[in-house]
Amino acid sequence: MYDFPDSRGHFGPYGGIFVGETLIQPIEELRIAYESCRNDPEFRKEFEHDLKHYVGRPSPIYHARRWSEHLGGAQIYLKREDLNHTGAHKINNTIGQAILARRMGKNRVIAETGAGQHGVATATVAARFGMECVVYMGAEDVKRQAPNVYRMKLLGATVVPVESGSKTLKDAMNEAMRDWVTNVERTFYIIGTAAGPHPYPMMVRDFQCVIGREAKSQMLELCGRQPDRLIAAVGGGSNAIGLFYPYLEEESVKMTGVEAAGDGIQTGRHAAPLCAGRPGVLHGNRTYLMQDENGQISDTHSISAGLDYPGVGPEHAWLKDTGRVEYAAATDAEALAAFHALCRFEGIIPALESSHALAHAAKIAPQMAKDRILLVNLSGRGDKDINTVAEHSGISLR
Amino acid sequence: MSRIQNTFKRLKGEGRKALVPFITAGDPHPSSTVPLMHALVEGVADILEIGVPFSDPMSDGQVIQRASERALRHGTSLRDILSMVEEFRKKDDSTPVVLMGYANPFEAMGYSSFSAQAKRVGVDGVLTVDCPPEEAEEMLESFAREEISPIFLLSPTTTEERIAKVAKYASGYVYYVSLKGVTGATHLDFGDVGNRVAKIREQIDLPVCIGFGIRDGKTAKAAAMIADGVVIGSRIVQEIEQSEAQSAAEKVALFLRSIRTAIDA
Repeated sequence: MYDFPDSRGHFGPYGGIFVGETLIQPIEELRIAYESCRNDPEFRKEFEHDLKHYVGRPSPIYHARRWSEHLGGAQIYLKREDLNHTGAHKINNTIGQAILARRMGKNRVIAETGAGQHGVATATVAARFGMECVVYMGAEDVKRQAPNVYRMKLLGATVVPVESGSKTLKDAMNEAMRDWVTNVERTFYIIGTAAGPHPYPMMVRDFQCVIGREAKSQMLELCGRQPDRLIAAVGGGSNAIGLFYPYLEEESVKMTGVEAAGDGIQTGRHAAPLCAGRPGVLHGNRTYLMQDENGQISDTHSISAGLDYPGVGPEHAWLKDTGRVEYAAATDAEALAAFHALCRFEGIIPALESSHALAHAAKIAPQMAKDRILLVNLSGRGDKDINTVAEHSGISLR
Repeated sequence: MSRIQNTFKRLKGEGRKALVPFITAGDPHPSSTVPLMHALVEGVADILEIGVPFSDPMSDGQVIQRASERALRHGTSLRDILSMVEEFRKKDDSTPVVLMGYANPFEAMGYSSFSAQAKRVGVDGVLTVDCPPEEAEEMLESFAREEISPIFLLSPTTTEERIAKVAKYASGYVYYVSLKGVTGATHLDFGDVGNRVAKIREQIDLPVCIGFGIRDGKTAKAAAMIADGVVIGSRIVQEIEQSEAQSAAEKVALFLRSIRTAIDA
């Protein structure tokens, strides 16, 4: 039986708790609080109630028939996380952590964000729960994702642009950790992906695996069977682990996580630690990282701010090593092509993150028989990305 | 007896407290580090903490992060730092040198290979801020083999149970982080620090050094009244940042002398 992580948060050699001494005790308190909530029917009830009435779950599964026909092979189904409140899967997790924060008596939440989706999802629940909210965002991303920055402000959050390092997601995470260590008594750090020190990778997975649980029953209902392969984009990896985890013991279902190949793996300008990195320690856990020979973290590149991160959740590192999940990568150009295809064939504007998963589906579907089924996690909608896409096509919307 | 033990023994005999300055290796330039180390010793430092720059120093404030960025711009690597220590040892074989940094550069080099070379060049202790004892098995084995002291942090949030655990692994000295927050922060409550250090001494029979938030003669003196040593980091790095490259060593030595005077008074 798949039974990870162990009691100290290890997935094989990955995961763990790699933080400065000041955070050890707060993380221990978090672990204990989460353990008690995890087994508490009241907590589950509140969480599920919010997922239904506030998020709008279950999210549907949609057969992308025209696109599948155009590609001429396997049938592509989409798990529509883009239809959730706030437009992405991120809210599943922020609701879970916000309920936990309230139970722990913390009235201030902080978050890091790349594309801004997790920041918006955090600002949203903070508004609803009446909590103070501070979101750290790389200065580069603040520029790339202006609509989401304004959305967070509308929701009452303070957005702090981070000017250090590469000014992207990893630097936002460093800054959020610094805030947490300084204000730890009243602050809950809502990490947006299945990474960071234990219990975060497990906790985020637990909150996100509603995606896979729903998909399992929906696929049976819709197709009378489970898909042949699941495909999801992997930055930190929360939407992917949310879909994959409930399927891990279904041996007939293959899985592919798709990283951001940026300009191409061979150019070095990418964000694909599982495909082209090696294990190391960053942001509280041991996992695959993009790093140079001296152990310095490398700058990453992806057209998608949400995938522009040099690490990955430790459970993915373990699933790669065990071979249970395959990891591939899609370039900026491939993701953009898939983005446009979904717009034109299905009337759905996908997030650039999710477009990487779509790109992989477009790559493999034509080689498969027409009765094969691919289930792609459409983790978010692409409204936030229209400026980036327009700019890429040489069009100015300003 | 190790250089660290010798140093604290000597200080105890003299009735003085250890002054432990921190600089980031390679800041502002790799060629400035060895001269700075000598200047710190002349400025009456007892132990040198040498920062190993890391791209993502999440336990540090902006001052030390900027120092890391300056050092990394010149490609300062852990291997380069070992060469710096080797160079320093040609003229100084008694001042303990402790490397302080984040786990990943050490992991990337490999703990076993690092430890062997560190011992050869005369590194006395290593503090990896993001590697608590629970995750440090391989590191601790390598250090033990080469008689390198693992230095651990204790903080205001460390429980008594955990102090006992750290006591099992620590050697050389322990470093009490005097406040919640990152390096370079302010507001210190010395009453609280005193109580905490007393708790630590009940369980750990090693010298206790206090750091984080020590900025001037007054805070250094208050810390020295409580502890066996005082660590000053951000304030010195700031001095380097604000100096011309040629005069940095001189200015840092001058600053450190003022702290020494305050502590010894």
